[in-house]
Amino acid sequence: MSTAAPAVSVDGLVMRYGDKVAVDGLSLEVARGSITAVLGPNGAGKTTVLETCEGYRAPQQGTVRVLGLDPQRDRARLLPRIGVMLQAGGAWSGVRAHEMLAHMASLHAHPLDTAMLSERLGLADCGKTPYRRLSGGQQQRLGLAIALVGRPELVFVDEPTAGMDPQARRTTWELLEEVRADGVTVVLTTHHMDEAEHLADLIHILDRGTVIASGTPGELTRDGRTATIRLVVNRPFPDGAPESLRAELGPGTEVRQLDDVSMLIHGPADSMTLGRVSRWCEEHDVLPQTLNLGQRNLEDVFLELTGRELAT
Amino acid sequence: MNTFAPAPGGAALSRMVLSQARMEARLMLRNGEQLLLAIVIPVIVLVGGVAAAGRIGLDLDGHRAVDILTPGVLALAVMSTAFTSVAISTGFERRYGVIKLLGSSPLPRHGLLLGKVVALLNVVVLQLVVLVVVGLALGWEPTLAHPPRSVLALVLSVAFGTAAFAALGLFVAGVLRAEATLALANLVYLLLMAGGGIVLPASTYGSASGVVQWLPSGALGEAMRAALVDATVDGRSLIVLAIWAAVGTVLTARTFRWE
Repeated sequence: MSTAAPAVSVDGLVMRYGDKVAVDGLSLEVARGSITAVLGPNGAGKTTVLETCEGYRAPQQGTVRVLGLDPQRDRARLLPRIGVMLQAGGAWSGVRAHEMLAHMASLHAHPLDTAMLSERLGLADCGKTPYRRLSGGQQQRLGLAIALVGRPELVFVDEPTAGMDPQARRTTWELLEEVRADGVTVVLTTHHMDEAEHLADLIHILDRGTVIASGTPGELTRDGRTATIRLVVNRPFPDGAPESLRAELGPGTEVRQLDDVSMLIHGPADSMTLGRVSRWCEEHDVLPQTLNLGQRNLEDVFLELTGRELAT
Repeated sequence: MNTFAPAPGGAALSRMVLSQARMEARLMLRNGEQLLLAIVIPVIVLVGGVAAAGRIGLDLDGHRAVDILTPGVLALAVMSTAFTSVAISTGFERRYGVIKLLGSSPLPRHGLLLGKVVALLNVVVLQLVVLVVVGLALGWEPTLAHPPRSVLALVLSVAFGTAAFAALGLFVAGVLRAEATLALANLVYLLLMAGGGIVLPASTYGSASGVVQWLPSGALGEAMRAALVDATVDGRSLIVLAIWAAVGTVLTARTFRWE
């Protein structure tokens, strides 16, 4: 496998809608047999990149290769080998869940057993329900089942757990891990850092149409220069508290007030910062009840790289 | 247990097309509004038309009303499915992302189109069977002057009419939003049913009859009546339908957006 071409290779991709640049010279690779997450806020260009790999859009500049094939020129040869889960929709409103899955299975040469797949995705009970009456989470799970039913080598899943309850989310993650263990390459987009952190072997962080960082979850969060400190105090902060705390802590620090009595502080991960926070509390006559130095996570990485929050 | 071990590949094209056709035909027949359009309205027009014609003494060139109205209603049924149903269902398939999802499956675009045609013809045949039975029950006596020619003319009329209306229906569905398609397809259906020379012969439209014969509805109605009243192949009407089919196909090919 190491000699085979990467599952996906995007090089210098540029995509514009009118005069808006959606993807701006983006390059990334996906190793075979991995789960690769494309992480970024809404509008970062994730779906456009995916749709170019799936052959829906022709690259305006740059090259895209999927399983060594050109998604435009070799479309007919590529499509049977990949599975696609759209961000939303994809089924007739009156089609029953099991009917839709069986239909998609019938388009493939060696499909999975649809009863087993429905069972695994918790769709067995709603098999007779028309698509329009399925919950958002059920529609998502049906979409995932459709992506997998043809036993593809590579699946593209766009925001796979959007709208799912925590339990369904957990089940979906386990399923994707099993899929990877069986040798299927998974490319997923998400704006949930916990999803990327939990699932992905490799994460590409996208912002404004380019990859701003790539690495394993460990590489991206390891050895942080910065950390998130959570501060909760015994009574409401005085007016202008975030600004005055930021001034106390100096440059390179972000302070965000969550409510009357709690703030998130994003800054250097050292005891000097903690000391300054507690001194500021003393000066402002509030008593810290929680002062936690959190572990650095992808949210911090994103904030560090862009100065903006991921989950907005 | 390697449940998900890759074993990719598309099914044979014929299998995919049949599967797609079965799916679309089933959905069409399950949909209440589509069924209303496909069966209920034509039956009402036929039964009501025959009853009313007797009372108001409609002049149909010496023919009995049921013998003129039954071929017209068969033409109406073809139009309702090939134009209105195809436009509406395709419009909503675009809206719901069905066409997009199928675009990532092994089913190629021409396979999807072929599946639609097969589904459409299935539904049309079903409609014709129901309406022929209703017509016969009302006393319809199709001409027996030259049965093989009548059958040939009927098959050609259905084929050319379906092609013309389906091409026009796809054109509408491919450029407009789903709601606009729904409204326009129903409006056009009503207008052509009332004034398009489909149920009643073009000759009953007086001075407008010249125009009506050039409409796809008028041409299909005339071709159908020629087949079942006079046992003739109406070449002129078939050519008109072929022109509409060609215009619709070119427009669709130029403008259709899959998403």
